[in-house]
Amino acid sequence: MKKNVILGALTVAGLSAGAAAAGTLDDVKARGTLNCGVNTGLVGFAAPDANGEWKGVDVAVCRAVAAAVLNDPTAVEFVPTTGKTRFTALASGEIDMLSRVTTWTFSRDVDLKFTFVGVNYYDGQGFMVPKALGVSSARELDGATVCVQTGTTTELNLADFFRTNNISYEPVPVETTAEGQQQYLAGSCDTYTTDASALAATRASFEAPGDHVILPEIISKEPLGPLVRHGDDEWADVVRWTLNALITAEELGVTSANLDEMAANSENPEVARLLGTEGTLGEMLGLDAAWAKRAIAAEGNYGEIFARHIGEETPIGLARGLNAQWTDGGLLYSPPFR
Amino acid sequence: MSDIHANSVAFVRKTEIPPAPPPYAATGPVKWLRENLFATPANSLLTIAALYVIWLILSGALPWIANGIWTTSSLTECRQALDGVAGACFSVLTERWNQLLFGFQYPSEFYWRPTLALVLLFVAAAPVLFFDLPRKLLVFTAVYPFIAFWLIWGGTILTPILALAGVIAGALVYQRLVTGSFAYGFFGGIIAAFIVWTVGGWIIPAGASDSAMLTAVPSRDLGGFMLNMMLGVTCVTLSVPIGIALALGRQSSMPLIKMICVVFIEFIRGVPLITLLFVASVMLAYFFPPESTLDLFLRVVIMITMFSSAYIAEVIRGGLAALPKGQYEAADSLGLDYPQAMRLIILPQALKISIPGIVNIAVGLFKDTTLVSVIGMFDIVGMIRGPILASTEWNGVYWELLGFASVLFFIVCYGISQYSQWLERRLATDHR
Repeated sequence: MKKNVILGALTVAGLSAGAAAAGTLDDVKARGTLNCGVNTGLVGFAAPDANGEWKGVDVAVCRAVAAAVLNDPTAVEFVPTTGKTRFTALASGEIDMLSRVTTWTFSRDVDLKFTFVGVNYYDGQGFMVPKALGVSSARELDGATVCVQTGTTTELNLADFFRTNNISYEPVPVETTAEGQQQYLAGSCDTYTTDASALAATRASFEAPGDHVILPEIISKEPLGPLVRHGDDEWADVVRWTLNALITAEELGVTSANLDEMAANSENPEVARLLGTEGTLGEMLGLDAAWAKRAIAAEGNYGEIFARHIGEETPIGLARGLNAQWTDGGLLYSPPFR
Repeated sequence: MSDIHANSVAFVRKTEIPPAPPPYAATGPVKWLRENLFATPANSLLTIAALYVIWLILSGALPWIANGIWTTSSLTECRQALDGVAGACFSVLTERWNQLLFGFQYPSEFYWRPTLALVLLFVAAAPVLFFDLPRKLLVFTAVYPFIAFWLIWGGTILTPILALAGVIAGALVYQRLVTGSFAYGFFGGIIAAFIVWTVGGWIIPAGASDSAMLTAVPSRDLGGFMLNMMLGVTCVTLSVPIGIALALGRQSSMPLIKMICVVFIEFIRGVPLITLLFVASVMLAYFFPPESTLDLFLRVVIMITMFSSAYIAEVIRGGLAALPKGQYEAADSLGLDYPQAMRLIILPQALKISIPGIVNIAVGLFKDTTLVSVIGMFDIVGMIRGPILASTEWNGVYWELLGFASVLFFIVCYGISQYSQWLERRLATDHR
């Protein structure tokens, strides 16, 4: 999410110039596998299941790109990265793209020399409190003890929020999500703050999830998305438009189930362009005509991916919220395929 | 005189009185309790406090373990099965034991390979650890690293055979040249080994691993406790000889050698292990072109070996310093040259003194291997913190998983420490 970036910043700043390799697309095609940096384990976003298969929202993006470029959604070499190793792994060329709940910020985009290709999850920092506390808004948390992960932007957002609202708090620093969960359950703090998606996942793992509520206030913007190295625009385009294809597919009602039918019979010219039955969009990207079709076939459109890994039917049970299509009042808005 | 005496007392007992049992409070368990637990009021107080604490722990832990659930498929089902009773959810261990032991990517049909390698490890280590065993077994110990490599990584059998051939060639050249000078033999052996490896590298066909008897498994797929064991065993074995060389180098009278060793030891000891691991995983990637990165496992092995050999060097230097100067002079007076003096007189004594220190480092190093989870390798702690706790089924299980990991580590570390105590007793030649 947003662990401290100092280590990454230091190493990347010194060495990024030499590492920018042109032609990642050709490299990936020649190699036959996509090296995709993912989380070492985050519920719903990237985690191997009991059979060792990687699953999750971030993983689905990697698979879609692999399907579009290599015609094989399983041709992905997943490279697990931690908050501390992720940026150097990308900058050094060890991975071709990073899809690891990374917040798109100014300094990461500009100073660390990465290109964020879009947003696959709009997150934001929230608060969880025990129901027994009787608090219904974060503004009522005056004087509360707050469990917060150290060295993250979460800590800074927290300070900002309490200062702007002119109320006081006492931080209880924790190192990891697991520790925060334990401290909160043990009653060391009145409220636990981190990204809302993580709060939901944490709450779902509690013995009595109903005894805890997530307060309505979201106090920060955390747009999480895949990123690539600066300076290879062809490759950035491939990843960007693969993500956009997943989003557009949902908007246009193209699912993994009706894909072939839509490709053959759709009246909608944009669907035809997206699925390659009309126009030469794939060619412009340096791929073939059916690239987006394969990307959607890999794990379905954005809505299907969301529903399968973190949606309301799963134990995590996240509502679409900000991550709904713009037509449904959300923020997902892909530029047109034209 | 004797008659007088015979009649001067009324009764003389001819047999011994049967021994009376000691007073009740001075025998058996009561005596033991009084002497050991309730000797003074302060002792009694401490005993009662300690008993209370033990009771607190056991009254919480034993029902928790006894109520444990072993058969559900997720934490939610576990909680339903427990129905509010305090109890452990050991189902996570029964479902994910293979991931905890082997990592989540190692192909499950090949689990027998690392298991066999572990069994053979005991066979190979036995003649080294217990020197009463026949010396001929050492041949197997020498071959073992190559067998283990082949079993765990698979691929073409030509690779380990070539590696072995290089080592044998090096050893032969060393034996031939060492009569002239140690340095000739040493460097000649290394050069010979490299020649064999390079030439052999050309001979092995590129696709040899594809059709090999054992399917190749890349290093990235290794994980779990297997990874901890592999790192621990490899690094300890490598760092003992390197540590000895460094310790001797530090005492050398040649200024250049001495300086190199001192700088190496002091630099490595001045840097935290986690920093070295970050260098291995992050920085080294910059020094290689993206396509030809050195295997991450190998990079980590190099870093941990450097780290522990610096510490072992200092422990052995302590052992060398503890020997009286007369031992060195005795060796000189016998006309032994430096390698002979070290091998026959100095090191056997110095190493004996250093055993507790070396074992201490080995145990610490073995536990330090869990640090690799920080750089994204899935050792047992990495598996727990990453994939298993991040799965929707098992998010929220902590005690059972970390308890399992600590039991595994305890077994190994306690075994090592028991062995070292046995070794110290066995080697004790002084009269204390």
